[in-house]
Amino acid sequence: MPDSAPVVTLDNVTVTYGKQAALRDVTAAFSGGAVGLLGPNGAGKSTMLKSLLGFLVPDQGRMRVLGLDVATSPQEIRARIGYMPESDSHIPGMNAVSFVGYCGELAGLPKVDAMQRAHEVLFYVGLGEARYRNVETYSTGMKQRIKLAQALVHDPDLLFLDEPTNGMDPKGRDEMLELARDLAHNKGVNLILSSHLLPDVEYVCDAVVVMDKGRIAAAGPIDAMKQARGRVYELRVKTVAPLEQFISRLQSSGIECQATEEDVMRVFVPGDGGARQLFAMASAAGVQVRHLRPSVQTLEDVFAKAVGEQ
Amino acid sequence: MSPIHDQGYRRYAGERAPHGRAWLVIASAGIRTFITKRVFLGLLLLSWFQFLGRVAQIYFTVTTPQWPALLAASADSYRQFLDVQSVFVFFITVYVGSGLIANDRRANALQIYLSKPLTRSEYILGKFAILMAFLLLITWVEGLLLLLIQTLLAGSFKFVIDNLYLFPAITLVSFIQTTMAAAAMLALSSLSNSARYVAILYAALIFFSQALFNVLRFVTGGSTVAWISFSANLEQISRLIFRQPLVYETPWIVSFLMIAALIVVSGWVLERRVRGVEIVS
Repeated sequence: MPDSAPVVTLDNVTVTYGKQAALRDVTAAFSGGAVGLLGPNGAGKSTMLKSLLGFLVPDQGRMRVLGLDVATSPQEIRARIGYMPESDSHIPGMNAVSFVGYCGELAGLPKVDAMQRAHEVLFYVGLGEARYRNVETYSTGMKQRIKLAQALVHDPDLLFLDEPTNGMDPKGRDEMLELARDLAHNKGVNLILSSHLLPDVEYVCDAVVVMDKGRIAAAGPIDAMKQARGRVYELRVKTVAPLEQFISRLQSSGIECQATEEDVMRVFVPGDGGARQLFAMASAAGVQVRHLRPSVQTLEDVFAKAVGEQ
Repeated sequence: MSPIHDQGYRRYAGERAPHGRAWLVIASAGIRTFITKRVFLGLLLLSWFQFLGRVAQIYFTVTTPQWPALLAASADSYRQFLDVQSVFVFFITVYVGSGLIANDRRANALQIYLSKPLTRSEYILGKFAILMAFLLLITWVEGLLLLLIQTLLAGSFKFVIDNLYLFPAITLVSFIQTTMAAAAMLALSSLSNSARYVAILYAALIFFSQALFNVLRFVTGGSTVAWISFSANLEQISRLIFRQPLVYETPWIVSFLMIAALIVVSGWVLERRVRGVEIVS
Protein backbone atom coordinates (compact mmCIF):
# COMPACT_ATOMS: atom_id res chain seq x y z
CA MET A 1 0.00 0.00 0.00
CA PRO A 2 1.34 3.49 -0.79
CA ASP A 3 2.59 5.58 2.13
CA SER A 4 0.21 7.86 3.96
CA ALA A 5 2.10 11.15 3.46
CA PRO A 6 -0.15 13.71 1.76
CA VAL A 7 -0.11 13.36 -2.02
CA VAL A 8 -2.38 16.36 -2.53
CA THR A 9 -2.70 19.47 -0.43
CA LEU A 10 -4.92 22.50 -0.88
CA ASP A 11 -4.40 25.71 1.07
CA ASN A 12 -7.25 28.22 1.14
CA VAL A 13 -8.29 27.47 -2.42
CA THR A 14 -11.19 29.37 -3.92
CA VAL A 15 -12.48 28.71 -7.42
CA THR A 16 -15.34 30.64 -8.95
CA TYR A 17 -17.33 30.35 -12.17
CA GLY A 18 -18.29 33.93 -12.79
CA LYS A 19 -20.00 34.96 -9.57
CA GLN A 20 -20.66 31.39 -8.47
CA ALA A 21 -18.08 29.99 -6.04
CA ALA A 22 -17.48 26.29 -6.64
CA LEU A 23 -14.72 25.94 -4.02
CA ARG A 24 -14.79 28.23 -1.00
CA ASP A 25 -11.54 28.70 0.82
CA VAL A 26 -10.82 24.97 0.83
CA THR A 27 -7.95 23.63 2.91
CA ALA A 28 -7.44 19.88 2.74
CA ALA A 29 -4.82 17.16 2.59
CA PHE A 30 -5.24 13.84 0.80
CA SER A 31 -3.09 11.08 2.22
CA GLY A 32 -1.56 8.33 0.10
CA GLY A 33 -3.52 5.19 -0.67
CA ALA A 34 -7.16 5.40 -1.66
CA VAL A 35 -9.05 8.51 -0.61
CA GLY A 36 -12.69 9.11 -1.40
CA LEU A 37 -13.93 12.53 -2.39
CA LEU A 38 -17.50 12.36 -1.34
CA GLY A 39 -20.32 14.82 -1.71
CA PRO A 40 -23.69 15.46 -3.30
CA ASN A 41 -23.92 16.70 -6.87
CA GLY A 42 -22.64 20.25 -7.12
CA ALA A 43 -20.50 19.97 -3.99
CA GLY A 44 -17.35 20.92 -5.90
CA LYS A 45 -15.69 17.51 -6.31
CA SER A 46 -15.09 17.68 -10.06
CA THR A 47 -14.05 21.32 -9.76
CA MET A 48 -11.42 20.31 -7.25
CA LEU A 49 -10.04 17.60 -9.55
CA LYS A 50 -10.02 19.95 -12.53
CA SER A 51 -8.22 22.57 -10.51
CA LEU A 52 -5.61 20.03 -9.46
CA LEU A 53 -5.13 19.13 -13.13
CA GLY A 54 -4.58 22.78 -13.97
CA PHE A 55 -7.75 23.09 -16.07
CA LEU A 56 -9.07 25.77 -13.74
CA VAL A 57 -6.99 28.51 -12.19
CA PRO A 58 -8.03 29.26 -8.60
CA ASP A 59 -8.89 32.82 -7.63
CA GLN A 60 -6.82 32.33 -4.53
CA GLY A 61 -4.92 29.65 -2.69
CA ARG A 62 -2.22 27.15 -3.40
CA MET A 63 -2.33 23.50 -4.44
CA ARG A 64 0.40 20.87 -4.38
CA VAL A 65 0.28 17.46 -6.00
CA LEU A 66 2.97 14.86 -5.27
CA GLY A 67 5.04 17.64 -3.72
CA LEU A 68 4.86 19.86 -6.83
CA ASP A 69 3.11 23.21 -7.09
CA VAL A 70 0.18 23.08 -9.52
CA ALA A 71 0.72 26.71 -10.56
CA THR A 72 4.38 26.27 -11.51
CA SER A 73 4.77 22.60 -12.50
CA PRO A 74 1.54 21.52 -14.21
CA GLN A 75 3.24 19.36 -16.83
CA GLU A 76 5.47 17.57 -14.33
CA ILE A 77 2.36 16.83 -12.30
CA ARG A 78 0.31 15.62 -15.25
CA ALA A 79 3.14 13.28 -16.26
CA ARG A 80 2.68 11.53 -12.92
CA ILE A 81 -1.09 11.45 -12.65
CA GLY A 82 -3.83 9.68 -14.54
CA TYR A 83 -7.25 11.24 -14.97
CA MET A 84 -10.43 9.34 -15.65
CA PRO A 85 -13.01 12.01 -16.51
CA GLU A 86 -16.65 11.76 -15.57
CA SER A 87 -18.09 12.32 -19.05
CA ASP A 88 -17.64 10.02 -22.05
CA SER A 89 -14.30 10.89 -23.62
CA HIS A 90 -12.28 9.30 -26.37
CA ILE A 91 -10.26 10.26 -29.40
CA PRO A 92 -12.45 9.88 -32.47
CA GLY A 93 -11.70 7.34 -35.17
CA MET A 94 -9.42 5.07 -33.16
CA ASN A 95 -9.73 1.52 -31.93
CA ALA A 96 -9.08 0.86 -28.25
CA VAL A 97 -5.48 -0.23 -28.52
CA SER A 98 -4.55 2.68 -30.80
CA PHE A 99 -6.31 5.11 -28.48
CA VAL A 100 -4.64 3.87 -25.32
CA GLY A 101 -1.25 3.57 -27.04
CA TYR A 102 -1.64 7.11 -28.36
CA CYS A 103 -2.39 8.34 -24.84
CA GLY A 104 0.76 6.60 -23.66
CA GLU A 105 2.80 8.37 -26.33
CA LEU A 106 1.25 11.69 -25.37
CA ALA A 107 2.37 11.01 -21.82
CA GLY A 108 5.95 10.55 -23.03
CA LEU A 109 6.29 6.79 -23.45
CA PRO A 110 8.25 5.55 -26.48
CA LYS A 111 5.96 4.23 -29.23
CA VAL A 112 6.81 0.55 -28.72
CA ASP A 113 6.45 0.73 -24.93
CA ALA A 114 3.21 2.67 -25.23
CA MET A 115 1.71 0.03 -27.50
CA GLN A 116 2.89 -2.81 -25.26
CA ARG A 117 1.42 -1.17 -22.19
CA ALA A 118 -1.79 -0.42 -24.08
CA HIS A 119 -2.30 -4.15 -24.62
CA GLU A 120 -1.47 -4.88 -20.97
CA VAL A 121 -3.78 -2.34 -19.42
CA LEU A 122 -6.61 -3.23 -21.79
CA PHE A 123 -6.40 -6.81 -20.60
CA TYR A 124 -6.17 -5.56 -17.03
CA VAL A 125 -9.37 -3.53 -17.29
CA GLY A 126 -11.18 -6.36 -19.04
CA LEU A 127 -11.18 -5.09 -22.62
CA GLY A 128 -8.59 -7.51 -23.99
CA GLU A 129 -10.99 -9.21 -26.38
CA ALA A 130 -12.47 -5.94 -27.62
CA ARG A 131 -9.25 -4.01 -28.02
CA TYR A 132 -9.37 -3.82 -31.81
CA ARG A 133 -12.90 -2.42 -31.88
CA ASN A 134 -13.53 1.23 -32.56
CA VAL A 135 -14.12 2.97 -29.24
CA GLU A 136 -17.21 4.69 -30.63
CA THR A 137 -18.96 1.29 -30.84
CA TYR A 138 -18.39 0.56 -27.13
CA SER A 139 -21.17 0.25 -24.57
CA THR A 140 -21.31 2.65 -21.62
CA GLY A 141 -19.57 0.18 -19.33
CA MET A 142 -16.80 -0.42 -21.85
CA LYS A 143 -16.32 3.31 -22.27
CA GLN A 144 -15.80 3.59 -18.51
CA ARG A 145 -13.14 0.88 -18.69
CA ILE A 146 -11.33 2.46 -21.62
CA LYS A 147 -11.21 5.75 -19.72
CA LEU A 148 -9.52 3.90 -16.88
CA ALA A 149 -7.11 2.24 -19.33
CA GLN A 150 -6.02 5.57 -20.84
CA ALA A 151 -5.47 6.95 -17.35
CA LEU A 152 -3.29 3.97 -16.42
CA VAL A 153 -1.23 3.45 -19.56
CA HIS A 154 1.67 5.68 -18.50
CA ASP A 155 1.75 4.15 -15.01
CA PRO A 156 0.78 7.17 -12.93
CA ASP A 157 1.67 7.55 -9.25
CA LEU A 158 -1.71 9.12 -8.58
CA LEU A 159 -5.08 8.45 -10.20
CA PHE A 160 -8.05 10.80 -10.26
CA LEU A 161 -11.22 8.78 -10.81
CA ASP A 162 -14.24 11.00 -11.36
CA GLU A 163 -17.46 9.02 -10.83
CA PRO A 164 -15.93 5.84 -12.29
CA THR A 165 -19.06 3.69 -11.99
CA ASN A 166 -21.44 6.09 -13.74
CA GLY A 167 -23.84 4.25 -16.02
CA MET A 168 -22.44 0.80 -15.29
CA ASP A 169 -24.54 -2.29 -14.64
CA PRO A 170 -24.14 -3.95 -11.21
CA LYS A 171 -21.59 -6.51 -12.42
CA GLY A 172 -19.56 -3.92 -14.27
CA ARG A 173 -19.72 -1.62 -11.27
CA ASP A 174 -18.40 -4.33 -8.97
CA GLU A 175 -15.56 -5.05 -11.39
CA MET A 176 -14.66 -1.38 -11.69
CA LEU A 177 -14.56 -1.01 -7.90
CA GLU A 178 -12.48 -4.17 -7.63
CA LEU A 179 -10.01 -2.72 -10.13
CA ALA A 180 -9.77 0.54 -8.21
CA ARG A 181 -9.28 -1.31 -4.96
CA ASP A 182 -6.64 -3.56 -6.48
CA LEU A 183 -4.73 -0.59 -7.88
CA ALA A 184 -4.69 1.19 -4.55
CA HIS A 185 -4.04 -1.75 -2.27
CA ASN A 186 -1.93 -4.12 -4.35
CA LYS A 187 -0.34 -2.13 -7.16
CA GLY A 188 0.96 0.86 -5.23
CA VAL A 189 -1.09 3.48 -7.07
CA ASN A 190 -2.48 6.32 -4.97
CA LEU A 191 -5.97 7.29 -5.99
CA ILE A 192 -8.62 9.86 -5.33
CA LEU A 193 -12.08 8.51 -6.02
CA SER A 194 -14.68 11.21 -6.53
CA SER A 195 -18.20 9.90 -6.11
CA HIS A 196 -21.58 10.65 -4.68
CA LEU A 197 -22.09 6.92 -4.06
CA LEU A 198 -21.17 6.03 -0.51
CA PRO A 199 -20.86 2.26 -1.01
CA ASP A 200 -18.33 2.84 -3.81
CA VAL A 201 -16.15 5.02 -1.61
CA GLU A 202 -16.52 2.77 1.40
CA TYR A 203 -15.48 -0.31 -0.60
CA VAL A 204 -12.42 1.19 -2.25
CA CYS A 205 -11.09 3.86 0.09
CA ASP A 206 -9.32 4.02 3.42
CA ALA A 207 -9.98 7.70 4.01
CA VAL A 208 -12.57 10.17 2.90
CA VAL A 209 -12.96 13.89 2.33
CA VAL A 210 -16.60 14.96 2.45
CA MET A 211 -17.53 18.08 0.52
CA ASP A 212 -20.65 20.15 0.63
CA LYS A 213 -21.43 23.43 -1.13
CA GLY A 214 -17.81 24.02 -2.04
CA ARG A 215 -16.44 23.45 1.46
CA ILE A 216 -14.86 20.54 3.28
CA ALA A 217 -17.54 19.17 5.60
CA ALA A 218 -15.49 16.34 7.13
CA ALA A 219 -12.26 14.49 6.47
CA GLY A 220 -10.30 11.60 7.90
CA PRO A 221 -9.83 7.84 7.88
CA ILE A 222 -13.17 6.11 7.36
CA ASP A 223 -12.73 3.77 10.33
CA ALA A 224 -11.94 6.62 12.69
CA MET A 225 -14.86 8.68 11.44
CA LYS A 226 -17.23 5.78 11.96
CA GLN A 227 -16.05 5.48 15.57
CA ALA A 228 -17.08 8.96 16.54
CA ARG A 229 -17.95 9.40 20.23
CA GLY A 230 -21.56 8.33 20.64
CA ARG A 231 -23.81 5.44 19.65
CA VAL A 232 -26.15 4.75 16.77
CA TYR A 233 -29.49 3.00 17.30
CA GLU A 234 -32.38 1.81 15.19
CA LEU A 235 -35.51 3.15 16.86
CA ARG A 236 -39.23 2.61 16.34
CA VAL A 237 -41.77 4.36 18.53
CA LYS A 238 -45.51 4.57 18.96
CA THR A 239 -46.90 7.98 19.77
CA VAL A 240 -50.31 9.58 19.99
CA ALA A 241 -48.96 13.02 19.17
CA PRO A 242 -47.36 13.60 15.75
CA LEU A 243 -43.98 11.86 15.40
CA GLU A 244 -42.39 15.12 14.28
CA GLN A 245 -42.86 16.53 17.77
CA PHE A 246 -40.77 13.73 19.27
CA ILE A 247 -38.14 14.04 16.53
CA SER A 248 -37.77 17.77 17.12
CA ARG A 249 -37.50 17.08 20.84
CA LEU A 250 -34.65 14.63 20.18
CA GLN A 251 -32.94 17.06 17.86
CA SER A 252 -33.14 19.88 20.34
CA SER A 253 -31.25 17.62 22.75
CA GLY A 254 -28.46 17.13 20.20
CA ILE A 255 -29.61 13.70 19.02
CA GLU A 256 -29.52 13.30 15.26
CA CYS A 257 -32.33 11.43 13.53
CA GLN A 258 -32.37 9.95 10.08
CA ALA A 259 -35.44 8.24 8.65
CA THR A 260 -34.76 4.85 7.05
CA GLU A 261 -37.88 2.78 6.48
CA GLU A 262 -41.49 3.58 7.17
CA ASP A 263 -41.44 3.91 10.92
CA VAL A 264 -37.85 3.06 11.80
CA MET A 265 -35.27 5.78 12.21
CA ARG A 266 -31.57 5.79 12.85
CA VAL A 267 -30.60 7.99 15.75
CA PHE A 268 -27.13 9.08 16.79
CA VAL A 269 -26.81 9.75 20.51
CA PRO A 270 -23.64 11.72 21.21
CA GLY A 271 -21.62 11.19 24.39
CA ASP A 272 -22.17 8.35 26.83
CA GLY A 273 -25.93 8.71 27.34
CA GLY A 274 -26.85 5.90 24.98
CA ALA A 275 -30.11 3.98 25.30
CA ARG A 276 -30.78 5.26 28.80
CA GLN A 277 -31.06 8.82 27.45
CA LEU A 278 -33.43 7.72 24.68
CA PHE A 279 -35.71 5.86 27.09
CA ALA A 280 -35.76 8.85 29.43
CA MET A 281 -36.73 11.22 26.66
CA ALA A 282 -39.41 8.85 25.34
CA SER A 283 -40.87 8.50 28.81
CA ALA A 284 -40.91 12.24 29.33
CA ALA A 285 -42.70 12.73 26.02
CA GLY A 286 -45.21 9.94 26.61
CA VAL A 287 -43.90 7.97 23.68
CA GLN A 288 -43.78 4.19 23.69
CA VAL A 289 -40.51 2.64 22.48
CA ARG A 290 -41.42 -0.42 20.40
CA HIS A 291 -37.99 -1.26 19.04
CA LEU A 292 -34.49 -0.15 20.02
CA ARG A 293 -31.42 -1.89 18.65
CA PRO A 294 -27.79 -0.74 18.75
CA SER A 295 -26.40 -0.30 15.26
CA VAL A 296 -22.99 0.24 13.68
CA GLN A 297 -22.28 3.69 12.41
CA THR A 298 -21.90 3.64 8.62
CA LEU A 299 -20.26 6.04 6.24
CA GLU A 300 -23.77 7.10 5.35
CA ASP A 301 -24.27 8.32 8.92
CA VAL A 302 -20.98 10.20 8.77
CA PHE A 303 -21.94 11.71 5.43
CA ALA A 304 -25.42 12.67 6.59
CA LYS A 305 -24.00 14.33 9.68
CA ALA A 306 -21.34 16.12 7.67
CA VAL A 307 -23.66 17.60 5.09
CA GLY A 308 -26.50 18.14 7.51
CA GLU A 309 -29.02 15.89 5.80
CA GLN A 310 -31.94 14.42 7.71
CA MET B 1 -17.56 -8.86 -5.54
CA SER B 2 -16.92 -10.51 -8.88
CA PRO B 3 -13.38 -11.48 -9.79
CA ILE B 4 -11.63 -9.06 -12.11
CA HIS B 5 -10.38 -10.27 -15.47
CA ASP B 6 -6.65 -9.94 -15.05
CA GLN B 7 -4.49 -8.68 -12.27
CA GLY B 8 -1.49 -8.29 -14.57
CA TYR B 9 -0.88 -4.60 -14.04
CA ARG B 10 2.82 -3.81 -13.96
CA ARG B 11 4.62 -0.64 -12.98
CA TYR B 12 6.56 1.00 -15.82
CA ALA B 13 10.26 1.57 -15.37
CA GLY B 14 11.20 2.52 -18.93
CA GLU B 15 12.20 5.84 -20.45
CA ARG B 16 9.94 8.86 -20.84
CA ALA B 17 10.40 11.55 -23.44
CA PRO B 18 11.09 15.06 -22.15
CA HIS B 19 8.20 17.50 -22.24
CA GLY B 20 7.59 19.54 -25.36
CA ARG B 21 7.42 16.73 -27.93
CA ALA B 22 3.78 15.77 -27.63
CA TRP B 23 2.87 17.99 -30.60
CA LEU B 24 4.95 15.67 -32.79
CA VAL B 25 2.92 12.70 -31.56
CA ILE B 26 -0.31 14.54 -32.39
CA ALA B 27 0.97 15.63 -35.80
CA SER B 28 2.30 12.24 -36.86
CA ALA B 29 -0.84 10.41 -35.69
CA GLY B 30 -3.02 12.91 -37.56
CA ILE B 31 -1.01 12.63 -40.76
CA ARG B 32 -1.10 8.82 -40.59
CA THR B 33 -4.88 8.93 -40.14
CA PHE B 34 -5.44 10.97 -43.30
CA ILE B 35 -3.03 9.20 -45.63
CA THR B 36 -4.92 5.96 -45.07
CA LYS B 37 -8.09 7.48 -46.52
CA ARG B 38 -8.65 6.84 -50.22
CA VAL B 39 -10.72 9.95 -50.82
CA PHE B 40 -7.96 12.07 -49.36
CA LEU B 41 -5.27 10.33 -51.40
CA GLY B 42 -7.36 10.98 -54.51
CA LEU B 43 -7.55 14.66 -53.58
CA LEU B 44 -3.79 14.79 -53.04
CA LEU B 45 -3.24 13.11 -56.39
CA LEU B 46 -5.47 15.65 -58.13
CA SER B 47 -3.45 18.46 -56.61
CA TRP B 48 -0.39 17.25 -58.52
CA PHE B 49 -2.05 17.49 -61.95
CA GLN B 50 -1.18 21.15 -62.35
CA PHE B 51 2.38 20.33 -61.37
CA LEU B 52 2.60 17.76 -64.17
CA GLY B 53 1.17 20.28 -66.63
CA ARG B 54 3.76 22.85 -65.56
CA VAL B 55 6.55 20.29 -65.95
CA ALA B 56 5.38 19.69 -69.53
CA GLN B 57 5.29 23.47 -70.10
CA ILE B 58 8.86 23.82 -68.83
CA TYR B 59 9.98 20.88 -70.93
CA PHE B 60 8.62 22.40 -74.14
CA THR B 61 9.94 25.86 -73.27
CA VAL B 62 13.42 24.46 -72.78
CA THR B 63 13.55 21.89 -75.57
CA THR B 64 11.39 23.45 -78.31
CA PRO B 65 12.58 26.82 -79.61
CA GLN B 66 9.37 27.15 -81.67
CA TRP B 67 7.25 26.99 -78.50
CA PRO B 68 5.10 30.16 -78.41
CA ALA B 69 6.55 32.82 -76.10
CA LEU B 70 3.10 33.36 -74.60
CA LEU B 71 3.12 29.79 -73.26
CA ALA B 72 6.74 29.81 -72.14
CA ALA B 73 7.48 29.22 -68.46
CA SER B 74 8.49 32.48 -66.79
CA ALA B 75 9.04 33.78 -63.28
CA ASP B 76 5.37 34.77 -63.10
CA SER B 77 4.42 31.16 -63.91
CA TYR B 78 5.37 30.30 -60.33
CA ARG B 79 2.99 32.87 -58.91
CA GLN B 80 0.27 31.60 -61.23
CA PHE B 81 1.07 28.06 -60.13
CA LEU B 82 0.56 28.94 -56.47
CA ASP B 83 -2.56 30.91 -57.37
CA VAL B 84 -4.13 27.89 -59.07
CA GLN B 85 -3.06 25.64 -56.21
CA SER B 86 -5.18 27.74 -53.88
CA VAL B 87 -8.17 25.72 -55.14
CA PHE B 88 -6.61 22.58 -53.69
CA VAL B 89 -5.53 24.49 -50.60
CA PHE B 90 -9.21 25.22 -50.07
CA PHE B 91 -10.38 21.63 -50.53
CA ILE B 92 -7.61 20.10 -48.40
CA THR B 93 -8.14 22.69 -45.69
CA VAL B 94 -11.83 21.83 -45.59
CA TYR B 95 -11.29 18.06 -45.73
CA VAL B 96 -8.49 17.84 -43.19
CA GLY B 97 -9.04 20.87 -41.01
CA SER B 98 -12.76 21.02 -40.33
CA GLY B 99 -12.75 18.11 -37.87
CA LEU B 100 -9.32 18.58 -36.34
CA ILE B 101 -10.60 20.26 -33.19
CA ALA B 102 -14.38 19.97 -33.72
CA ASN B 103 -14.24 16.16 -33.58
CA ASP B 104 -12.17 16.31 -30.39
CA ARG B 105 -14.72 18.65 -28.89
CA ARG B 106 -17.57 16.33 -29.91
CA ALA B 107 -15.87 13.37 -28.24
CA ASN B 108 -14.75 15.37 -25.16
CA ALA B 109 -11.17 14.52 -26.10
CA LEU B 110 -9.73 17.85 -25.01
CA GLN B 111 -9.80 16.82 -21.36
CA ILE B 112 -8.00 13.61 -22.29
CA TYR B 113 -5.31 15.50 -24.21
CA LEU B 114 -4.85 18.21 -21.62
CA SER B 115 -4.69 15.77 -18.71
CA LYS B 116 -1.46 14.49 -20.28
CA PRO B 117 1.81 16.38 -19.90
CA LEU B 118 1.28 18.75 -22.81
CA THR B 119 0.30 22.38 -22.98
CA ARG B 120 -2.58 23.89 -24.90
CA SER B 121 -0.03 25.44 -27.27
CA GLU B 122 1.44 22.02 -27.99
CA TYR B 123 -2.02 20.65 -28.75
CA ILE B 124 -2.74 23.51 -31.16
CA LEU B 125 0.72 23.21 -32.71
CA GLY B 126 0.19 19.49 -33.29
CA LYS B 127 -3.14 20.09 -35.04
CA PHE B 128 -1.68 23.01 -36.97
CA ALA B 129 1.23 20.85 -38.14
CA ILE B 130 -1.13 18.22 -39.58
CA LEU B 131 -2.82 20.78 -41.81
CA MET B 132 0.37 22.65 -42.66
CA ALA B 133 2.15 19.44 -43.70
CA PHE B 134 -0.43 18.68 -46.38
CA LEU B 135 -0.84 22.28 -47.50
CA LEU B 136 2.89 22.88 -47.82
CA LEU B 137 3.21 19.64 -49.76
CA ILE B 138 0.91 20.96 -52.47
CA THR B 139 2.30 24.50 -52.54
CA TRP B 140 5.85 24.95 -51.26
CA VAL B 141 7.19 21.46 -52.07
CA GLU B 142 5.61 21.39 -55.52
CA GLY B 143 6.77 24.96 -56.25
CA LEU B 144 10.38 24.26 -55.30
CA LEU B 145 10.33 20.95 -57.13
CA LEU B 146 9.16 22.80 -60.22
CA LEU B 147 12.08 25.21 -59.90
CA LEU B 148 14.49 22.31 -59.54
CA ILE B 149 13.05 20.55 -62.59
CA GLN B 150 13.35 23.74 -64.65
CA THR B 151 17.03 23.98 -63.69
CA LEU B 152 17.69 20.34 -64.48
CA LEU B 153 15.89 20.41 -67.83
CA ALA B 154 17.62 23.64 -68.88
CA GLY B 155 20.99 22.19 -67.96
CA SER B 156 22.12 25.53 -66.59
CA PHE B 157 21.51 27.81 -63.62
CA LYS B 158 20.81 30.84 -65.81
CA PHE B 159 17.07 30.98 -65.10
CA VAL B 160 17.59 30.58 -61.35
CA ILE B 161 20.39 33.18 -61.26
CA ASP B 162 18.30 35.62 -63.28
CA ASN B 163 15.38 35.09 -60.90
CA LEU B 164 17.11 34.57 -57.57
CA TYR B 165 14.13 35.96 -55.70
CA LEU B 166 12.00 32.99 -56.78
CA PHE B 167 13.12 30.66 -54.00
CA PRO B 168 12.27 33.06 -51.14
CA ALA B 169 9.17 34.23 -53.03
CA ILE B 170 7.77 30.70 -53.40
CA THR B 171 8.60 30.00 -49.75
CA LEU B 172 7.09 33.20 -48.44
CA VAL B 173 3.89 33.07 -50.46
CA SER B 174 3.38 29.37 -49.71
CA PHE B 175 3.77 29.93 -46.01
CA ILE B 176 1.50 33.00 -45.93
CA GLN B 177 -1.16 31.20 -47.96
CA THR B 178 -1.09 28.01 -45.88
CA THR B 179 -0.74 29.70 -42.49
CA MET B 180 -3.72 31.91 -43.22
CA ALA B 181 -5.87 28.96 -44.29
CA ALA B 182 -4.75 26.68 -41.46
CA ALA B 183 -5.12 29.30 -38.72
CA ALA B 184 -8.59 30.35 -39.87
CA MET B 185 -9.76 26.76 -40.21
CA LEU B 186 -8.44 25.69 -36.80
CA ALA B 187 -10.10 28.67 -35.16
CA LEU B 188 -13.43 27.82 -36.80
CA SER B 189 -12.96 24.16 -35.89
CA SER B 190 -12.58 25.12 -32.24
CA LEU B 191 -15.91 26.96 -32.32
CA SER B 192 -18.13 23.98 -33.03
CA ASN B 193 -18.59 20.28 -32.32
CA SER B 194 -19.64 19.58 -35.91
CA ALA B 195 -17.01 19.21 -38.64
CA ARG B 196 -19.67 19.63 -41.30
CA TYR B 197 -20.82 22.94 -39.87
CA VAL B 198 -17.20 24.12 -39.67
CA ALA B 199 -16.64 23.23 -43.33
CA ILE B 200 -19.70 25.25 -44.33
CA LEU B 201 -18.58 28.16 -42.16
CA TYR B 202 -15.11 28.21 -43.73
CA ALA B 203 -16.48 28.06 -47.27
CA ALA B 204 -18.90 30.85 -46.39
CA LEU B 205 -16.06 32.97 -45.00
CA ILE B 206 -14.02 32.64 -48.18
CA PHE B 207 -16.84 32.96 -50.71
CA PHE B 208 -18.85 35.57 -48.86
CA SER B 209 -15.86 37.90 -48.46
CA GLN B 210 -15.10 37.53 -52.18
CA ALA B 211 -18.74 38.02 -53.18
CA LEU B 212 -19.05 41.09 -50.98
CA PHE B 213 -15.92 42.55 -52.56
CA ASN B 214 -17.30 41.94 -56.05
CA VAL B 215 -20.59 43.64 -55.18
CA LEU B 216 -18.83 46.66 -53.66
CA ARG B 217 -16.45 46.80 -56.58
CA PHE B 218 -19.42 46.91 -58.94
CA VAL B 219 -21.17 49.59 -56.88
CA THR B 220 -18.15 51.82 -56.28
CA GLY B 221 -16.49 51.20 -59.61
CA GLY B 222 -13.09 50.77 -57.89
CA SER B 223 -11.14 48.07 -56.07
CA THR B 224 -10.10 50.01 -52.97
CA VAL B 225 -12.30 47.68 -50.92
CA ALA B 226 -10.32 44.60 -51.95
CA TRP B 227 -9.20 44.29 -48.33
CA ILE B 228 -12.63 42.76 -47.61
CA SER B 229 -11.74 39.64 -49.60
CA PHE B 230 -9.18 37.23 -48.15
CA SER B 231 -8.45 35.85 -51.62
CA ALA B 232 -7.85 39.37 -52.97
CA ASN B 233 -5.54 40.20 -50.07
CA LEU B 234 -3.52 37.08 -50.72
CA GLU B 235 -3.29 37.85 -54.44
CA GLN B 236 -2.16 41.38 -53.67
CA ILE B 237 0.62 40.18 -51.37
CA SER B 238 1.56 37.37 -53.73
CA ARG B 239 1.97 39.83 -56.62
CA LEU B 240 4.08 42.11 -54.46
CA ILE B 241 6.41 39.29 -53.43
CA PHE B 242 6.71 37.99 -57.02
CA ARG B 243 7.47 41.54 -58.21
CA GLN B 244 4.35 41.73 -60.37
CA PRO B 245 2.14 44.80 -60.79
CA LEU B 246 -0.67 44.96 -58.22
CA VAL B 247 -4.18 44.49 -59.59
CA TYR B 248 -6.22 46.13 -56.83
CA GLU B 249 -6.21 49.71 -55.57
CA THR B 250 -5.94 48.60 -51.96
CA PRO B 251 -2.43 49.36 -50.67
CA TRP B 252 -0.45 46.17 -50.12
CA ILE B 253 0.19 47.08 -46.50
CA VAL B 254 -3.57 47.03 -45.86
CA SER B 255 -3.80 43.57 -47.44
CA PHE B 256 -0.86 42.43 -45.33
CA LEU B 257 -2.45 43.80 -42.17
CA MET B 258 -5.73 42.06 -42.97
CA ILE B 259 -3.94 38.72 -43.33
CA ALA B 260 -1.99 39.34 -40.13
CA ALA B 261 -5.21 40.30 -38.33
CA LEU B 262 -6.91 37.10 -39.45
CA ILE B 263 -4.03 35.03 -38.08
CA VAL B 264 -3.96 36.98 -34.78
CA VAL B 265 -7.73 36.70 -34.32
CA SER B 266 -7.53 32.97 -35.06
CA GLY B 267 -4.85 32.60 -32.40
CA TRP B 268 -6.98 34.51 -29.92
CA VAL B 269 -10.01 32.31 -30.65
CA LEU B 270 -7.91 29.17 -30.21
CA GLU B 271 -6.52 30.45 -26.93
CA ARG B 272 -10.06 31.00 -25.67
CA ARG B 273 -11.59 27.78 -26.96
CA VAL B 274 -8.95 25.10 -26.42
CA ARG B 275 -9.34 24.36 -22.73
CA GLY B 276 -9.65 21.30 -20.57
CA VAL B 277 -12.93 22.51 -19.22
CA GLU B 278 -15.61 24.60 -20.85
CA ILE B 279 -17.15 27.20 -18.59
CA VAL B 280 -20.69 28.13 -19.53
CA SER B 281 -21.62 31.38 -17.86
